[in-house]
Amino acid sequence: MAQQQYQIDLGNLMAFDPHHQFPSIPSSREELAKECLQQGTKLVQAVADALFSLPSTENPDGPLVQLPPPTTKLPREKPLPKPSPPTKWELFAKKKGIQKRKKDKIVYDEQTGSWKRRHGYDRVNDDKDVPIIEAKMTDEPGGDPFAKRQAEKKQRVEKHEKHRLHNLKQAAKVGALPSHVQLAATSLPITGTQAAPRKVSKDELQNVAGMAATATASGGKFDKKLPGEKPPKHEKKYRKFLPVVEGSGMGSLEKQQTEKVLNKLISKNSHEILNVEKAVNMYNVKKDKKRKSQQGRPSSTASKLKPNKKPNKKSFKKGSSNKGNPSSSNKGKSR
Amino acid sequence: MSLRIKTPKTGRAKREVFKRAPKLVETGKKTLICHGTKSSNVLNAVLTEIYHLKKDNAVKYTRKNDKIRPFESGGETSLEFYSLKTDCSIFVFGSHSKKRPDNLVIGRTYDHHIYDLVEVGVENFKSMKSFSYDKKLAPMIGSKPFFAFIGEGFDNIVELKHLKEVLLDLFRGEAVTNLNLAGLDRVYVCTAVSSNKVFFTHCALRLKRSGTIVPRMELVEVGPSMDLVVRRHRLPDESLKKESMRTAPELAKKKEKNVSRDAIQGKIGKIYVPDQKVGDTALPNKAKGVKRERREAKNKSESNKQESKKQKQDSE
Repeated sequence: MAQQQYQIDLGNLMAFDPHHQFPSIPSSREELAKECLQQGTKLVQAVADALFSLPSTENPDGPLVQLPPPTTKLPREKPLPKPSPPTKWELFAKKKGIQKRKKDKIVYDEQTGSWKRRHGYDRVNDDKDVPIIEAKMTDEPGGDPFAKRQAEKKQRVEKHEKHRLHNLKQAAKVGALPSHVQLAATSLPITGTQAAPRKVSKDELQNVAGMAATATASGGKFDKKLPGEKPPKHEKKYRKFLPVVEGSGMGSLEKQQTEKVLNKLISKNSHEILNVEKAVNMYNVKKDKKRKSQQGRPSSTASKLKPNKKPNKKSFKKGSSNKGNPSSSNKGKSR
Repeated sequence: MSLRIKTPKTGRAKREVFKRAPKLVETGKKTLICHGTKSSNVLNAVLTEIYHLKKDNAVKYTRKNDKIRPFESGGETSLEFYSLKTDCSIFVFGSHSKKRPDNLVIGRTYDHHIYDLVEVGVENFKSMKSFSYDKKLAPMIGSKPFFAFIGEGFDNIVELKHLKEVLLDLFRGEAVTNLNLAGLDRVYVCTAVSSNKVFFTHCALRLKRSGTIVPRMELVEVGPSMDLVVRRHRLPDESLKKESMRTAPELAKKKEKNVSRDAIQGKIGKIYVPDQKVGDTALPNKAKGVKRERREAKNKSESNKQESKKQKQDSE
C-alpha cells in the first residue's frame, strides 16, 4: 500500500488507515489479532519513517526529536486563563514611562559597614537598629518618637493593603484573579470561571423576612415589630369567592369554573368514546325490558304496582281499587 | 471589600493550587477510574489494567458509587465533583447490569463539567497476564505511545469517529514537543471490525535494525486486548466544543514578512527604502539678502536641474 493512503498525525504519533477493509472478517480471534497486528505494523512503520527523518539532536539518553504540533485537535481541559487587568501602579508607570528594574538582594549597609539583605530579617536600614532618635525643635514634648514611627509604618502598610485589595477587586470583576487567590465567601475552586456571588437584593430580603414573620400560628399578628419593619404585602390568603347566583358576566364565572373542572375529568376518559361493554349491557337491558313488557303486560303491571301498595292501603280497605287482581292484593293484605 | 481574600498559607499548598490553575499550554489530562454499584470480574480487570496503562497520570477509586449515571441528568453531579476534587478531566466509569453487561463509559470534562460521553461494552477481554512475551519488551510507565487506527468506520460512522477521538485523548499520555526516539516502546492498535465494534489491543514495540536510519518495527502483543461495542454516546455541545478548541492568541505565530529562506543562500531579506523626498529638503545657501527675483530665478533653475536629474535616473 502506498504511504499517501494513510493519514499521519506526527504530533500524536498516530496513523489512520481509512481505506482498509477486511477481505472477509476472520472467524477466529487469533487470526483477527494477527491481521490487525500486520496492518498496525505497516501504519507504525509509516509513522516511524516520518519520525526518524526529522532532524534530531544527540542526547546521552538517545536522539531527541522535535515533534510538530498535532493535527488532530483535542479539546482543552480548562478554559484559557484570562489576562489580569493592569494595576493602578502599572497604569501610572506606563503613563510616566517608568520601567521595572531588578534590585540586588543584598545591599551595603553604611550603619554597620556590612552587606545585608534588602528586605526581611536583619535587613538594611532597619528602624530597630536605631536606638536613639534625636529630638527636633518641632517635636511635641511627652510624645514617644518610637511609637510614632511604628504607627506611621503601620499606616503605610494598611494603605498598601487597601490598594492591593482594590486591584484584586478589579481583577475579580473581569474574572481574572491570580490563581492562588480565592474569594473566601465562595471558596470556589479554581477553574478559570470564577465569579463572585450575586448580592441579595433589598426586595428579596424583605420578601423573605415577611415570610418568616408570618410563619407563626397567629400569622405574626402578636409579634413585636422591629423598628422600621413594614407590614407584609399580602396579609390574607389569596382566595376568591365567586357569586353563586347565575347571571351574565361575573355571575357566569362560577359556572365556568365548575364546567372547567368537569371537562377536565370527563376528558380524561375521552379517548374511550364508546365503552363497548357498557353499550352492550345497556342494549341487552333495554331489549330485556321490551320483551318483558310485550310478553306479560298484566303481570308486569302487577309487579309494578306492588311497591305502590302502601299508599293505597287505606283505599284498598274500602275495596274501591285493585278489583282485577285479587291474589296480589291478598298478598299485600297478609303483610 | 465585602469578600475576604484567601490565599494558600504554605508553599506546598500554593504549588498545588498553581498546578490546578488553567494554563496557556496544557500538557496532559489526568484520568479518573471508578465504578458503579455493581461490577463484574471482567470489568474489574479492565479497570485495573487501564489504570496500569495510565499509571503515571491516573486516579483510581475503589468504592462503589451509587449516584453516578453519566447519561442521565442529575446523575453526573458527583462525577463532576470527583473530577474537580482529583483534577481529572477524563473519566472511565465501569458498570454492570443485565441490560448493559460489562459497561464502560468513557467521558471527558471541560472546566469540570461533562463535555462528551461514549459508552462501550467490553467483550472478549484478554488480560495482560494471559500474554506471554519477553519481559524485557514490556513498555515503560508513561512512555509515549503510537496509535494505529484501521478501518473506514473511523471515518464514516459518527460513533466510531467519536470513539477514536476519545481513545486518542485517553491514551496519548503527555503532550510533548521533544521526544526521545529511544523511549518509543508501545503501540495501541484499534480496528473497526463492524459498524459498532472496535478491536482494541496494546502492543509492545521492538525496533530492529534495517540497515537505514529508520529501524524496522515489530509489534508484540502484550495486552490487554478487547472488543469495544459502542452503545450510547453523547457528542459535545456545539458552542462548548468551539470554546474548548480555542487556542491562546499569544501562541499564534506572527507571519514573518519580507524574509525568505533559501537552501543555498540561507536567509534572504527584502528591504524597502522609503521615499527620500529630496525635493523638500532645505537648501544650504538660502541667503537672506538675495533679492526676490534672483531668489526665484535661482530656485527655478535648481528645480529644473533636479527634474532633469530625475529624468536621467528614470531613463537609466
